[in-house]
Amino acid sequence: MSLVQVENLRVTVPRELGEDLTIVRDVSFEVPKGEVTALIGESGSGKTTIALALMAYARSGCRLSGGRVVMEGRDLLGLDKAQVLALRGSEIAYVPQSAAAAFNPGRRIMEQVIEPARIHGRLSDAAARRKAVELFRSMMLPDPETLGDRYPHQVSGGQLQRLAAAMAVILDPKLVILDEPTTALDVTTQIEVLHAFKRLIRDFGTTGVYVSHDLAVVAQMADQIVTLRDGQVQEIGRTRQVITAPQSDYTRRLLAAARPREVHPDMAGDARRPVLEVINLVGGYGPAGADGRPYKTVIDNVSLAIPAGSNLGVIGESGCGKSTLARMIAGLLPATSGELMLDRRQMPLTLGRRSRAQLKDVQILFQMADTALNPASTVEEIVGRPLTFYHGTRGAARQRRVLDLLDMVQLPGRLLHRRPRQLSGGQKQRLNLARALAAEPRLILCDEITSALDTVVAAAIIELLADLQKTLGLSYMFISHDLSTVRAICDEVMVLYAGRAVEHGPRSALGQEPYHPYTRLLLSSVPELDPGWIDRVGRAVQSRQGNIGAAGAAGLCPFRSRCAMRIAGCCDRIAPPLRRLAKGAQVLCHHDETALWAGAGARDAEGKGTAMPALPQRS
Amino acid sequence: MSVSEASARSRLLFARGGIISRGWRISWACILGLAVVLCWLGVAVLGQAIAPHGNGQIVSPDSFAPMTGAFPMGTDYLGRDMLSRVILAARYTVGMSIAAALVSSFVGATLGILAAVMPGAVDSVLSRLADAIIAVPNTMFALVVVAALGPSTPVLILTMAAMYAPGTLRITRALALNLSQSDFVQVARARGEGTPYIIWREILPNIIMPIMTDFGLRFVFIVLVLSGLSFLGFGVQPPAADWGALVRENMLGLSFAAPAVIFPALAIASLTIAVNLVLDNLPTRIEEE
Repeated sequence: MSLVQVENLRVTVPRELGEDLTIVRDVSFEVPKGEVTALIGESGSGKTTIALALMAYARSGCRLSGGRVVMEGRDLLGLDKAQVLALRGSEIAYVPQSAAAAFNPGRRIMEQVIEPARIHGRLSDAAARRKAVELFRSMMLPDPETLGDRYPHQVSGGQLQRLAAAMAVILDPKLVILDEPTTALDVTTQIEVLHAFKRLIRDFGTTGVYVSHDLAVVAQMADQIVTLRDGQVQEIGRTRQVITAPQSDYTRRLLAAARPREVHPDMAGDARRPVLEVINLVGGYGPAGADGRPYKTVIDNVSLAIPAGSNLGVIGESGCGKSTLARMIAGLLPATSGELMLDRRQMPLTLGRRSRAQLKDVQILFQMADTALNPASTVEEIVGRPLTFYHGTRGAARQRRVLDLLDMVQLPGRLLHRRPRQLSGGQKQRLNLARALAAEPRLILCDEITSALDTVVAAAIIELLADLQKTLGLSYMFISHDLSTVRAICDEVMVLYAGRAVEHGPRSALGQEPYHPYTRLLLSSVPELDPGWIDRVGRAVQSRQGNIGAAGAAGLCPFRSRCAMRIAGCCDRIAPPLRRLAKGAQVLCHHDETALWAGAGARDAEGKGTAMPALPQRS
Repeated sequence: MSVSEASARSRLLFARGGIISRGWRISWACILGLAVVLCWLGVAVLGQAIAPHGNGQIVSPDSFAPMTGAFPMGTDYLGRDMLSRVILAARYTVGMSIAAALVSSFVGATLGILAAVMPGAVDSVLSRLADAIIAVPNTMFALVVVAALGPSTPVLILTMAAMYAPGTLRITRALALNLSQSDFVQVARARGEGTPYIIWREILPNIIMPIMTDFGLRFVFIVLVLSGLSFLGFGVQPPAADWGALVRENMLGLSFAAPAVIFPALAIASLTIAVNLVLDNLPTRIEEE
């Protein structure tokens, strides 16, 4: 029994010159009642456009130019404006990708959550409030009674995303559209949100459409998967079938990209020749106090070494200081104390005191490929500038070299006179890479460079980085919250929490118990490509909540407030020692190797033993 | 051959809302505004050559005469030809306003960007100075300066520039401050680029459009304040006159429905509106997708 049938949907963009551009072409599928249908594909595949068309909505510049969207016998595309407005928010609701941008920062949360009820007049204020509190509770939000009195900036990103879902379902819509609702979240937060959504859908028997590019997430949430590419349907199937036995080539490619292979062979690297050494780096924001530490310490006593030709991965949740670490090494944010050594020679902490050769040797790539490119410059100017600046190359020689570099990052030479806004997301990141390579650096600091990209595009960029490394002998410091990318390319991995390196070891150590309790939490939060995964890890979710505290006062373990294995009277009093484990890693923890092993066992038992009980469905 | 190829080859192409030429789209509003502005510039430059009568020449026994073939804009309170008066006044109004607006925008924008990229002392001094000038009421400031120094053309231009530069400084500083935190400026800093490069190549091209819109706004204000000063007798001195002075001289004609008071007012309106039509509808580059 299907709730919505989409028949030959067509969405076009009218253009002033030339023919209309078709962005969704004859798409047909059904949304079964009480189930979740996932729309997956890369950006530009039309998944969000289709999801919005289910609400009879087209973004400005787009036109719903053909086909039907039939819900319970009514063609939604044929409704007049008043009917459509009555439908949205009441019978069909939408949860946007960025809840932070969707909430009005100046109004209390409760006012906004019950707004659909006010607009449609279907519930009294008091009833809507009661319903909202009930929803907060069922989504495991803290303090459900008083949460609504807060303002959006007073709750975390993951909580805001759940509140956006509560707003969507307050009127019991027949269909909820979730548009990449967890893409912007950390893995540890994502798991809470997914768990809450899953529970919501089960409790209320809602029919859902889940838009995502992340197959592992979709595997947890969906009953049916529709794969899309360039506005056309590639495959429609039940979740388990699509994941285990995909029918279309494109789905197979998506699946392959979701499990990145190791593109960089284990290279011991010449440890005697580190290209970069960081020694006891401390830094943050605000003026340094009497103790020599900044007002707000972000990086606390971090040391690392990157041997020539090898890669270091730095992982951790947002706010752990990993981007700040990169900015300190690049000199953009001068560290307060500590030492930086480039090729065994001291490198000043501030940008202004570094020599041009030192500047050339360390290049930085940012997460947002978009904002790192000057919109007013052409591709040639962007890549050419470091050539002129560092190497004095000009004129025809410069243009030849720019074309070489574009070729190196697999960008066609015809883009030479384009401007950044004419490029796709993946092309922009390649352009950033070309600009960094133009300097001929020894080390590239990659700050979350793939997290804003689609899985397939990201995998291609990672492979490109590995290829370039082979030919150019570069080193990378690879900052990410995505463990699988780090695993694919890094020789060593450092886990950062509240500015402290809680675990640091070779790549192999990341796949091998025992872990630091935080590493274990992080690893166990990464969704697996297995439809049952979220139910297995279900209950363990509760203990994961918490915010990154201040960088541990007086050297205490920063993770102690969230740690399941903390020792009362010890962890909150004594600074943890740095322990070397048999697997080759160093951890910052009071527990010795045997105790950490015990923790591993406990977690497994907890995870398996508390699968989420199935809740009775409403209809 | 697709349409876009055709447009690339032909020099001019008429399209909805304007014309397309060599990859640029120019709207009708822009063309109209540009035509009016160029027309007034031409009048200002050619003034003496095209005015049918001299500036102070009394040509009619009638004051506030209606529009006739001999005097298309009528005559003023002394019986001088209004058409000649308006043509000859264009030099003062158009010339002084453009000069003052250019000086004001250039100084304001330069100092604004400097304040943004040099935080600390430079920023504090410039910003507080701007605040201090903004705090003085505009017309009062102009009146005091002109009363003290005498109403000469350079004094009027510099007074206008000093009045409006702080506002431009404020706006430019805010725009540039935003950009100076952006990733691409950080990349340039990390590369080791100096401040001049960052200002000229990274920041300025990205804020030039709002600065030009601001210029249009300042220009209109300056025209109006200059006219206002002349109206009060502090602007251009008789027998020369700018448009504002012409309105004042002929105010009495209002009760006779004399065209002498309408035409200078229309001239002021047409110039200010035309400048803003151009600046709000600047040609845009057509880009391939």
